[in-house]
This record gives sequence, structure tokens and C-alpha cells, in this order.
Amino acid sequence: MTQPLLQITDLQVAFRAGKQDIPAVRGAGLTVYPGQTVAIVGESGSGKSTTAHAIIDLLPGTGHVTGGSIVFDGRDITHLKRREREAIRGSQIGLVPQDPMSNLNPLVRVGKQIKESLEANGVARGKAADKRVVELLEEAGLPDAASRARQFPHEYSGGMRQRALIAMGLAARPKLLIADEPTSALDVTVQKQILDHLETLTTDLGVAVLLITHDLGLAAERADHLVVMYKGQVVESGPALQILKNPQHPYSQRLISSAPSLASQRLTSQLRAEVRESSVKTAGEIAAEIVAEGELGGEVTDAVVEAKNLTKVFKLPGGAPGRSIDFTAVDDVSFRLRRGTTTAIVGESGSGKSTVARMVLDLLEPTSGSVEFDGIDITTLRDKKQQLAFRRRVQPVFQNPYASLDPMYSIYRSIEEPLRTHKIGSDKEREAKIRDLLDKVSLPSAVMRRFPSELSGGQRQRVAIARALALDPEVVILDEAVSALDVLVQAQILTLLNDLQAELGLSYLFITHDLAVVRQIADDVLVMQNGKVVEQATVTEVFDRPREEYTRKLLDAIPGGSIELAS
Amino acid sequence: MPDMTPLPGQTIYVAPTDGTPLEETGTVDTSAPPEGQWKEAWKQLRSNWIFWVSAVLLVIIFIVVLFPGLFTDINPRQAQLSRSLEGPSADHWFGFDRQGYDVFSRVVYGARASVTVGILTMLFVTVVGLLTGAVAGFYGKWVDTAISRVADIFFAIPLILGAIVLLSTLNNVWSNRGYWGGVLAVVLVLAVFGWPQMTRIARGAVLEIKSLEFIDAARAIGATKRSNLWRHVIPNSLAPVIVTATVSLGVYIVAEATLSFLGIGLPPSVVSWGNDIAAAQSQVRSGNNLHVLFFPAGALAITVLSFMLLGDAVRDALDPKAKKS
Repeated sequence: MTQPLLQITDLQVAFRAGKQDIPAVRGAGLTVYPGQTVAIVGESGSGKSTTAHAIIDLLPGTGHVTGGSIVFDGRDITHLKRREREAIRGSQIGLVPQDPMSNLNPLVRVGKQIKESLEANGVARGKAADKRVVELLEEAGLPDAASRARQFPHEYSGGMRQRALIAMGLAARPKLLIADEPTSALDVTVQKQILDHLETLTTDLGVAVLLITHDLGLAAERADHLVVMYKGQVVESGPALQILKNPQHPYSQRLISSAPSLASQRLTSQLRAEVRESSVKTAGEIAAEIVAEGELGGEVTDAVVEAKNLTKVFKLPGGAPGRSIDFTAVDDVSFRLRRGTTTAIVGESGSGKSTVARMVLDLLEPTSGSVEFDGIDITTLRDKKQQLAFRRRVQPVFQNPYASLDPMYSIYRSIEEPLRTHKIGSDKEREAKIRDLLDKVSLPSAVMRRFPSELSGGQRQRVAIARALALDPEVVILDEAVSALDVLVQAQILTLLNDLQAELGLSYLFITHDLAVVRQIADDVLVMQNGKVVEQATVTEVFDRPREEYTRKLLDAIPGGSIELAS
Repeated sequence: MPDMTPLPGQTIYVAPTDGTPLEETGTVDTSAPPEGQWKEAWKQLRSNWIFWVSAVLLVIIFIVVLFPGLFTDINPRQAQLSRSLEGPSADHWFGFDRQGYDVFSRVVYGARASVTVGILTMLFVTVVGLLTGAVAGFYGKWVDTAISRVADIFFAIPLILGAIVLLSTLNNVWSNRGYWGGVLAVVLVLAVFGWPQMTRIARGAVLEIKSLEFIDAARAIGATKRSNLWRHVIPNSLAPVIVTATVSLGVYIVAEATLSFLGIGLPPSVVSWGNDIAAAQSQVRSGNNLHVLFFPAGALAITVLSFMLLGDAVRDALDPKAKKS
């Protein structure tokens, strides 16, 4: 019988605020055996990272262990002296931190930083350490490691930095590696490469991994044993596949049903078809009405927005002083957004998808090509009245729920602003409208007097949606609108968006890097890479019969996408 | 694939549901009253003892500035040469200076000049700096270049040196300018060299705010650039500007005293701490009768300290990032 490598029993962690202890972890327990991969899954604030940091005694700020035990390799390490704990950290337990951008010292060469960790743990010194650094970087999958070691962090891409951090975490050959959301800041395809590499590496070295993640799909795919945390407590633990297929605790059930990558294909496409049917019908009626009023001119066409050969060239300073280099962010992109449907634009960071969104919103002028709205080129709308009329019909919802609302404005003022700008209604009518909008996005009207800082991310995103709907638009541009949210909240917002679409006949342009959510909301998909459209098809075609290599790569990279669920 | 028989400690565990009741995601806590940014800052300010110390001192100082008659009946310009340099006594707490003026009375009446110069300069600098900085940061391009370079030129001139040159020129063309003329001249000269600092602060804050998504969202509803600047950008950039303004108030009071000490600030007819410190110079050299220097200098120090403390407390409340841990 093997002995457990790490055994946490009844762990209590609290943060001190003034004279009070605020508990963050309440009686958590888990066991890791040598060579095993165990994943802790939970939403933000569930205490998963706090638990991990308690193990290596790196609790932030006022955090401290108030009870329970952490037995590592047969020794209770919660009561060790500082010096003894420091000896364990690094040499026995390694850490791969979350954010590769802020976890390397920008002033020190990467090689030197890894060398430091080798010397601090007494693994090697001087020339021998230099040699070891190159070996470690090679092992972490960095090509041309010898010259890379002499570079500074800013010369590395996000994925390369994460590889360097993995090399650092494994430098002293620890028995346990704690990986705290190691890839959540990276693009999906890079994420897959890094995780694949980490997996082979730790298997070869026999290192146990404690993986902290919010992504259930990812956890299930990579771990043997799963620990689900909620509000500082372990609510369910057991073999990964077993929990996935047959979750017992209501929270795990909720998590699994919300995970976009795990959702049943048949069910989502059926729901989507129902939404589309109702939405297309409503949208057609609305469009006919508007044309009858003759506000903007134009005619009811099948496509509400049509982008023709959109190209955007940015001039970047470079070369000689005063000269600039042309950077083509968007290269000849054409698509049609059919009335009452959703077109998703999918791509990794730097693919130009958000630039397309900004051009459709008329926030950015295309270098060439045009955006037609109901058959009218929006760049020709230069008279103020027409422009305002256009603004009314196309509204955005942005990614970052913390930056998309003015922090000085109450929720009421935020939602009122579009109505005020367009001089719609009296004060009384506006208030009624705002109440109605809040009701539509399922927020209580008591929220009106609150400020954005008092709401959670999901609630702010609801407010942002309510605000976008204030002018009764026909098209809503959702620029990564659900990317920053926890899975549960994300699922709620997606449901809300679907409901609103069915009810109001909205057309969505849905910009995302996450192919997994696309199936739940989109009808057509545009896959972009380096500013170009590489594949353009319906959702079913993209998921079932991807034609392009790149699309296939993106699909493969969806964590947990390959896991078959019974339901 | 892992072994399907779980190891000890890894058997399936399900927490009892009553231990961790599931909460509805997305509920809003409506128990506490709503809190905007300013209200929260006020709450933080209120709990800071430094704020209360400075507030009490400043209230006293302002009462002295507004109603000096409440504290003394003696005219600060009434000389009793017979009592020149007499030390502190029960009737005359701070004693007499060389001219035979009552020092206590001069300290009380001198407060007005110092505080007025400080506050007026701060107002000028804040308004000019905020506007130029906001316009430069928000519109960018050549507007930014023009404003920033002009600000750089003024920034490069040392405050005191520049003020000496300007004020001595001013003294030649407008020598007899009375109380308010004298105060205004010092205020303007300090403001001329003080605004670039505020411009930089405001420009930086605006650059940060204008890249946030709610600015784009406001543009997308059809708000014009100018209304965006006034309604969203400037209100959100105010915090660092207010902090800088409060902290620099003390600096301007010191600068006025320095200029008056050098004999080019407020005209000698104006009762001010700087002038009195200048007049006490000879006593410093001889080392006798230091009370003539001590009291006006002490009053100046306490006033500056109060404003600086207030600035510190305001910074802690408005800009928690800058807080020293």
C-alpha cells in the first residue's frame, strides 16, 4: 500500500480584517498520492487557490491557517518553523503560478531566474547550474533553449513564459507540483500544448500534480481524482470520470450542466433551433415595421448586417524614426448576419475579431471595404440624425464587466444614459422603461440605486445588456461578453441572451475565443486567424465536419471536449 | 486511465447538502444602503484618525483666518517701540518684535495672507491643470503634443527662480498694488509655474480612463466626444487630481513664505508670516529673542502640516493603491 504524498484534513484558513477573522477555507480535506494528478475545481471565491497556497505557505496578505493539518510526506507541515517550511518550498513542492505575465521579473534574464531557484534549493551552482537551466528549458519544450535562457521575459510570448515557469517549478525535481490555473491566461491552442507537455513531463518524472482550475472539462480530462469546492468547503470528491458522469452533490450537478464543453450536443442544437425560429419571425416583423415608417430608408433584406471585404490596416511606428510599418489587422473579411440569428466570430488573440466588431459598430473606420446595414453603407451616414438613428439600432456589450460601466454612475443613470442621449421619453417613462429592462435581464429593480462596484461580474454584465437594449436595437454586438465570467454565471448569461433573442428578435454578432460556447448561441460561425477568415459555415458544419486544419485544432483544444457523457 | 478502485482517502465523498446550502447565483444584497465611490471614500476618510487631526487643526485655522478679531483686540500694525523685542508675558503671550508689534496679533492676522495664497493658487492650478491635461489626454495627437511641450517648458523652470524673476519684474511695473494686488500677484506667479504638474497628473488619469470600455459604450449610443469628456472622462479622473491638489496646497503656502522671506513676495505692508520671518532674520543671527522667529514659523509649520496630513488622508481614501502598507 502506498502512502499518501499529501494529506489535508479539516483545513481552516482565514483572512484577518480588522479584529475579525473571515474564513476562506472551512474544513477542506483531500489526499494526493505520489505521481497522481488531482484537480481542485470551483468558481472564483470557492477557496481553491487559498487551499493550494496554504500548502506552500504563500497565503496572500493577512491569510493564515487557523486549524486542521497538512501532512506532506509523512510530516505535518502546518506547525513547522519558517526555515523548515522554506526548505520544503521549491525543493519538495513546486509551484506554477497563474499569470505568466506578472510572475517573471522583467529586469532579469529568464535563465538567471531559473538559476536562482536552482541555487536557492541547493541543486546546482555556477557553471553546472547554467548547464542545468538550458536542460530544464529544453525539457519544458522551449526550442533553442541556450539562447532563450539569455533573453528577457518581454522577448517571450505568453505560452513561452508559462513554459519557463514550468521549468522553474520543476527545477528542483519536487515531489509535488501545484499548478494554479496554469493556462487560463493563454489562448486555447497554446493551453492544450502546455497542458499536454506538462502531463508527459510529470508522468516521466513521477511528479504528483495538484491542478487548480475553474474549468471542469479541463480538470476531468487531466486529473485522476477530482475535488469540487464551493464556498470554502469540499462538497464532492472522487474519481474524475465518476463525478462527471454521475455527480451527487447539487453543486457539482449544476457545474456539470453549465460547462459549455460538456453540454449535450443534441439538446443544445435543438434549443437553439427553437430560439432561432421564434427570433427570425419577430425580427422580420420588426424590420417590416421600421421600413414602413421609412426612418432610415433601405429595404428589408435577409441580412441585417453585411460586411463586404473589410480591411483594416494600422500604422505602427517602426523602422526608421518617423516611418511606420503597416500592420493588417483585418484582411478582406466578408460576412452576412442574417436577421434574427447569431453569427459567431471565433479566433485567438490577435486574430482581428474585435477589430471587426469595432468597425461594424462604426467606432473604427475601415481602411477599405464596407459595412452595410439594411443595405445602406454606414460610412455614408455622415449627417447627425442618420447617425443617431443607426446607433439606436446597433448596440454593443463588451468583455470586461469591470470596465464596461462608468463606476461613478448609478445603475439607473447608466441605463438611462442612452435614453437621455436620444431624448426619448419623459422622466417617468424612462423610469418605467428602466424597470422593464431590469426585469428583462432578471435583476430586481432595487439594483437601480446601486453602483457598479456593489455588483458581481455577472450582474454587471446583465446591466450592460439592459443598457444595450434600452434603445430597442435590432443588432447587438457581443464582444467576448461572457468570457470573463465563471461557468455558472456564463451559462446564465447565455440562457438570458437566448431568451432575449427569441423574445425580441435580436440579431447577435458574437465575438469569442471560446468555441465551446458557440454551439449554445450561434447559428453561423466565422473562424478567423491572423486577420483572415479561414472557415465560414454553419455551427453544425463547423463542429461535425470542420474543413480547415486550424478549425480542427481549435476544436481539439476545447478542454473536456472529447469526454463522452451519457446524457 | 486511472485505476478504478479508489485509494484510501480518495473514495467518493459527498458533503451533506445542509452543510453548504446552495445559493442562487446572481442575487443582490440589498440590505445595506447603496454606496457610490464618493460615499465610500468618505466612509474611509471618516475612519482615519489622521483626517480628524488635520480637520480639527484646519477648522481652527479657518476660524482664525475669517475672524481674527475673535482672538485678539490688538492691531497688528500698532507699534510700541518702547516694548521692542520684549519677551512673552501674561498679557502678551508671544511678546513683541523689533518694531514693537504684538507678535500674537501678527501671527493671528498673518494667517489670512498665507491661507488665501495657498487656496487661490491651488484653485488656479487645479482648474488650468485639469482642463489642459484632460484636453491633451483625451484628444491626443497634435493637441497633446502642443500642450505637453508647453507644460514641459514651464516645468523645466525652477519655481523659486522663475518666481523671483517674474515678481521682481512685476515690482518694477506695478509696485504699489495694495493687499489684494499683492496677494494676487503671488498667486498668479505660483500658478504660472505650478500648473504643469497638475496637467501631467490629469493627462495620465484621462489616458487611463479613456481606454476603458464604458467610453466606447457611450460612443456607441451616440454620445459626442465632448459630452463623453465632460460626463465620463473628467469625473472619473478627479481622484488623483484632488489628491495632488490637497497635498500641494501646503507646498504653495511654503512657497509664498519663501518668496516673502526673500522680500519679493507679499509687500511689506501686508501682515504675513513670511514677512515676519524675514523681519526676524537679524534676531536669528544674534541668537537672542528667538520668540520673534519661533511663533510665526511655528504657525506656518502647523498650517502646512495640517494641509499635508489632510492630503495624506484624502489620498488613502481616494487612491487605495498608493497607500503605504
